[in-house]
Amino acid sequence: MIPALVVLVYLAIVLYLGIFAFRKGSSSKEDYFVAGRSLGPYVFLLALFGTNMTAFAILGSSGLAYQRGIGVYGLMASASGLIIPLCLFFIGTRLWGLGKKFGHITQVQYFRDRWECSHIGTVIFLLTSLMLVPYIIIGIMGGGHTLEALTTVMGPDGKPLLHEVMRDGKLVSETRHWVSYEVGGAIVAIVVMSYVFFGGMRGTAWVNTFQTVLFLGFGAIAFALISKNLGGFDRIIAEMAADPKTAPLLTRQRIPMAEFFSYTLIPLSAIMFPHIAIMCMTAEKVASFKKTVVFYPICIALIWLPCVVLGVVAAHQFPGLKVGESDDVILRLLTSNTDALLAGVLGAAIMACVMASDSQILALATMFSQDVFGFYGGTQRFGDKAQVWTGRAFVVLVTTFAYLAGLHLEDKAGIFELAIRFAFSGFAALAPVMLAALFWKRSTRWGALASTLWVAGSMAVLWWLHDSTSGIAPKPGQPHAVIYPALGSWLLRSPGGVLVHGFLPVLPMVLGSAFWMAVGSWVSRPPSRATIGKYFPDRKPSTKSAGSDRPVSADN
Amino acid sequence: MKKRILLTSLVAAFYLLHQDFWNWGKIHPLVLGFLPVGLAYHVGYSVMAAVLMAVMVRFAWPQDLDPVEPPPAAQERSKEDPR
Repeated sequence: MIPALVVLVYLAIVLYLGIFAFRKGSSSKEDYFVAGRSLGPYVFLLALFGTNMTAFAILGSSGLAYQRGIGVYGLMASASGLIIPLCLFFIGTRLWGLGKKFGHITQVQYFRDRWECSHIGTVIFLLTSLMLVPYIIIGIMGGGHTLEALTTVMGPDGKPLLHEVMRDGKLVSETRHWVSYEVGGAIVAIVVMSYVFFGGMRGTAWVNTFQTVLFLGFGAIAFALISKNLGGFDRIIAEMAADPKTAPLLTRQRIPMAEFFSYTLIPLSAIMFPHIAIMCMTAEKVASFKKTVVFYPICIALIWLPCVVLGVVAAHQFPGLKVGESDDVILRLLTSNTDALLAGVLGAAIMACVMASDSQILALATMFSQDVFGFYGGTQRFGDKAQVWTGRAFVVLVTTFAYLAGLHLEDKAGIFELAIRFAFSGFAALAPVMLAALFWKRSTRWGALASTLWVAGSMAVLWWLHDSTSGIAPKPGQPHAVIYPALGSWLLRSPGGVLVHGFLPVLPMVLGSAFWMAVGSWVSRPPSRATIGKYFPDRKPSTKSAGSDRPVSADN
Repeated sequence: MKKRILLTSLVAAFYLLHQDFWNWGKIHPLVLGFLPVGLAYHVGYSVMAAVLMAVMVRFAWPQDLDPVEPPPAAQERSKEDPR
């Protein structure tokens, strides 16, 4: 019961922070959607990092480390520690500058203005929105599951109390919880919806900052306490190294080199995630990016190193868990190696990750209010206030939808998780579109459309291939299966999914996206000289004030 | 130009160093007693990524973005002037 109370206190603090403590701005559009472009360097760093730190990344990384070993750190953390700061350095800073200069809030606003297009922007909006929805659903589901797990009713012996219930005509034993999955999901959904609704970007940024500090601080304490309780990680690692069954987890033998290499492209997705791109607009000064790009790799190391080590150690403590079951190994280690109070605080820290769906909900609402409502004349007709209220209404709609989807499709969580994995590749494959917009004068809207359609089409084909080859998927440790014998090793099926010549599909997706961007641009007419001049001015210092040259609307 | 080539080469070389195939099957030495060498290498890589980004900030910061901010003098004036 104590962990549940601690988590409820945490949720109350988050609610307070999000709604009241930092709601100091006006109710203008800029204030609600991008915190008035006023975040200082440290809040910007921690909020940006917190925004990118999702349940999928944290719990998923320890679950993956349980199955595949220490190499998961190289897959997910060290690659991100280089690529994400580089993306922020080269892309984030420029997005910030253009947003400040021309009043853009979303990526699509920029694309529409940069390439003089309207409906192609809508296509990009639709694709990115579709790819974002599974994250939000998984976030709410994760909240329900985490609250349920943290409130398991324990017996006097410290073990979960079991009770018998009828399931499909059979009597089965189940654990009991103070807070059920349904109620837990509802609590998380209401808390997130409330502070996003009232606090907008400012509230969300401060909540993310608080969550990141909580996770960084208490994560380190948990790591030390679990190590102490288990008699030291050095002892466990030595035992694992001596056992032929667990020794491969301390190497990268379970991760093929081609997969390890292609994983370095996945972090390109970060800058194409709408919530990250929009967060880039919130910095008060471009100098805020300096601290962010330098400290980002360190923050990643501080979070992911404990997650990966704990995932590997859990393989020694709780052997035999299947894929999916291993995602909650951190919670298992916590509850069995720390006292109730600390387990509660750390449970709250895990909730912090799970609740990363806040910025995604806000991003989706921002995109709808800017790229659809605003662009198709809503703001012109009803004013800025109506645009903010449209965003707020969308926050309620999206959260309610995500909760209901999480409720009715609880047993289909695997599908959403799969969708997220594809979405990572999809967002990464859209990076060439952003790079072309920012650095290639000759790029055109038709190139952007060709590239976007390539990404959408390849994701659909990938999904179909994944689904239709699940029957021939090899078990972990077995060699990859050939999908079409005529194609030889070009299309393979691994336990995790489809591979292209041994590489993850993200590699051909990114290369194909760049190719179609180039071809589509070369065969079509470039944007007008005025537009190119606007986005690629001569290198003269400019002191043009923010919002002086607004993006085009559907009417012009 | 020379600086640009040097920094590009540095980033490219650092990217390639991520593929530490020589550590693939190795466990020992255990750094700090519990970190297998392959994991310790990538933790070190994260630290060096921070150093690389500090170098990039120092020598390749996009100067054309800075003028977007109002100059400090203007900021001071606006603070003093309630209008």
